[in-house]
Amino acid sequence: MDLSVVILIEVLYAIASLALISAGLAVVFGMMKVINLAHGEFMVLGGYATITAVGLGVNIFIAMLIIAPIVVGLFGLVVERLVFRHLYGRMIDTMLASWGLSLMMIGGFKMIFGNTTTGVAGPIPGFSVGNYQVNGYNLFVIVVSVLLLVAMVAVLRGTRFGLVARGTMQRSDMAAAMGHSPDRVYMTTFALGSALAGLAGGVMAPLVGLVPTAGAAFIAKAFITVIAGGPVLVAGLASAAGTFGLVNQVFSFLVSPVVGDVALLVAAVVLLRLIPRGITSRFFRGRI
Amino acid sequence: MAMTTGRSAARDTGVVVILGALLVLGLPLVADTNMLTLLVIYGMLALSLGLIWGFGGILCFGQAAFFGLGAYTFAIAGINIGESTLPLVLSVLVPAAVAALLGAFMFYGRLGDVYLAVITLVFSLILFRWLNTTAGPAYVIGNARLGGFNGIPGFPLLNVPGYPRWELWGDPLYYVAAVALLVVFLLVSWLLRSSFGRIAIGIRENEERVSLLGYDIRARKTVLFAIGAGIAGLAGALFAAWAEVVTPSLFSLQQSAEIIIWCIVGGLGTRFGPVLGAAVVTSVKITLGGQAMLDNMLVLGLILVLFVLFLPRGIAPELARLWAWAIGGNRKPVRRRAPRGGVADG
Amino acid sequence: MAETVLETEGLTMRFGGVTAVDGVSLKVRARELRCLIGPNGAGKSTCFKCLCGLLKPTEGHVFLRGEETTGWDPHRIAAMGVGIKMQVSSVMDGLSVQENIWMAARRHNDTGAATAKAEEVIDRLALGPIARTDLGRLAHGERQRVELGLVMAQDPWLVLLDEPAAGMTGEEVTRMAEIIHEMTRSAAVVVVEHDMQFIRSLASTVTVFHRGRVLVEDHVDRVMADPVVRDVYLGKQA
Ligand SMILES: Nc1ncnc2c1ncn2[C@@H]1O[C@H](COP(=O)(O)OP(=O)(O)OP(=O)(O)O)[C@@H](O)[C@H]1O
Ligand SMILES: [Mg+2]
Repeated sequence: MDLSVVILIEVLYAIASLALISAGLAVVFGMMKVINLAHGEFMVLGGYATITAVGLGVNIFIAMLIIAPIVVGLFGLVVERLVFRHLYGRMIDTMLASWGLSLMMIGGFKMIFGNTTTGVAGPIPGFSVGNYQVNGYNLFVIVVSVLLLVAMVAVLRGTRFGLVARGTMQRSDMAAAMGHSPDRVYMTTFALGSALAGLAGGVMAPLVGLVPTAGAAFIAKAFITVIAGGPVLVAGLASAAGTFGLVNQVFSFLVSPVVGDVALLVAAVVLLRLIPRGITSRFFRGRI
Repeated sequence: MAMTTGRSAARDTGVVVILGALLVLGLPLVADTNMLTLLVIYGMLALSLGLIWGFGGILCFGQAAFFGLGAYTFAIAGINIGESTLPLVLSVLVPAAVAALLGAFMFYGRLGDVYLAVITLVFSLILFRWLNTTAGPAYVIGNARLGGFNGIPGFPLLNVPGYPRWELWGDPLYYVAAVALLVVFLLVSWLLRSSFGRIAIGIRENEERVSLLGYDIRARKTVLFAIGAGIAGLAGALFAAWAEVVTPSLFSLQQSAEIIIWCIVGGLGTRFGPVLGAAVVTSVKITLGGQAMLDNMLVLGLILVLFVLFLPRGIAPELARLWAWAIGGNRKPVRRRAPRGGVADG
Repeated sequence: MAETVLETEGLTMRFGGVTAVDGVSLKVRARELRCLIGPNGAGKSTCFKCLCGLLKPTEGHVFLRGEETTGWDPHRIAAMGVGIKMQVSSVMDGLSVQENIWMAARRHNDTGAATAKAEEVIDRLALGPIARTDLGRLAHGERQRVELGLVMAQDPWLVLLDEPAAGMTGEEVTRMAEIIHEMTRSAAVVVVEHDMQFIRSLASTVTVFHRGRVLVEDHVDRVMADPVVRDVYLGKQA
């Protein structure tokens, strides 16, 4: 009984963290059909922003929930103006440039923060279920993810930006048709996606030892979650994160965490082969 | 590069052999052979991606996986066999076979560019992750321990076929690697002149049209992908012989990124560009390695971004233009659209 | 009577709620010249795509020379001897005219024979002066002719041409009609067209598509006189 509660929390946590680290990438990919390979480094930047802010005496929740998204969002804005806006419509070039950016950021992190592990203590104490110890912070991650998905649905359904965004996801020329400059829509989207990456990085910061190269671990998982999710934003995120999170945890329990990661990657490859356009190209069509 | 007639093919081969021989013999006069060996090996690795991407339109984000597979095959087979000739052959065949399977899996599923990128990237990541965990004594292949993060040291180096005692390292290794690169370069040239190569270029240009002419795209892409992997595997074996150790970092994302950077910097859709790109970028990297001011990842990344933005066709076409201008005349330089995998596949 | 080279039975293609092709049964005989007409969106191009394998029909069957090819991959159908020119120009843009046509010829010839074949097709279509030019730099009419060259070089016994004369000048259209007639010496040719002048000049059996169905099938003169067809085409001069 206790064990099953613990396992349930672990599975939910795996799913929630996948959704959280993929959300920013999904927004950018869904709207602009661009894969930002620097997404992992954006998250790391969010992590460093959080740690730095905490070091300066800021409350940790403010640091990760507010400062990290703002810092990374602004960074994304600048990068979009400087680099990506020149490459729209050239999908592969955009991907390559974002990979270049990712390498630059890793180099930058090494120069600024040093090639060492930095971290910040989790702000929520653990508790025990029967004989098992549960990390209380995992529950926090689950809550943040759920709130984030709910917020995304609300924004897409209820706001003018959401309407334009949904239109653009269906047809790339839609923004222009609705009287919005695509340039502005892309800029806003990219900044928003970056801010979400910053949020994810901030929230994950207490869980991972932050090193300059930590982004690589995130990007692969985020990348496959987004691609496997397919064209429908929130439903895609939720279903892909659900599938992969479950696979990951089951194999982690049965064999080992590394096998869990490998199983996740294998599941992604098989899934893409079966449904090349992602889960939501087959199911949940027409939702958000 | 209209390589249609026999005479122009012969001339092309002649030029490559003469220039290649001059470079192979001349470069040791101006640079250290140890470093040159690395440049040559990377040049071969770049050529492998240049072939499948620049001419076949297949953008593989995990070419490093085949490089690593070649290196590990060489090391593992070497330890088990005790000499290096058969391992060298295996280090071409094993990656090629793996690529054929992976390629068939992808191409028969009709996956678009982005999906191809994900799967190749994930594939190399799986190998990277897994190899990092193979530290324990349980992970052995024959007599070879995989060694996890630390990799495999102490395998037989390259030797003269039939004479396991005559190991090649230092200058001899350089000449072997350089001649191997030259031979691979000639084979690639020959392949591109052949019907198979010309149809591969057609597939790069317009896959659907070529299939409507009756060609099986999936099979052809799979074969080309496997050939590229075989070349990358050979480069991996030579690398193993040069470095005298193989580690999981051969499979890393950064390694794959570098191969792509070499191709972009050198120029896609040319044979010489990727080789040149590998040499230039690696030289820059080694030079930067000697100082502490700028991190070399930062510089590599910056190079990639700047090339994508300002010189997306790379330096080889510019050099060709310069050359055409220098040798006279007003002959317009050959222009070929550099492929980059087209627009979004929705 | 010549053998039937192309036959469809109840061919149906649906896209979500749209039924683009709806129970079409066609029969085309060897060396026949057939025109397919119908207003925009009638389903002509979709029908072609089902025939050549680019689309897998939702229902119905396709038979080529008596063999069922429903759902086959495009390259298998093409390799049987079916050449198609699609409505939207589709060629290897970065390659020259010669290289394009050579590639089509190479499928059923060895290298040398393919080169000779390409030469022959280039001569027949008077593409000589632009043989070394990249397709990407050609004008629309020239591209159309090269596409026809691709089809010719395949030596097909069934040719599907989707709007081959669209956007061509009067002189070019006349040439196109001649070439199509020449093709019928060795192949059945199905032509989709809107230009009635052009169809008259081909003077053949016409199948009229309307909303995915076959409306009438008759000789061109009788079809043109048919009031129902005129109604369907209202707005397009017949
Ligand atoms: N891939 C597709 N997805 C959804 N609907 C499609 C698709 N292709 C065609 N259609 C629809 O099918 C119908 C038939 O289109 P089709 O292109 O076959 O007509 P057509 O007769 O060739 O018209 P035209 O004379 O304009 O070329 C149209 O309503 C079109 O919108
Ligand atoms: Mg049409």
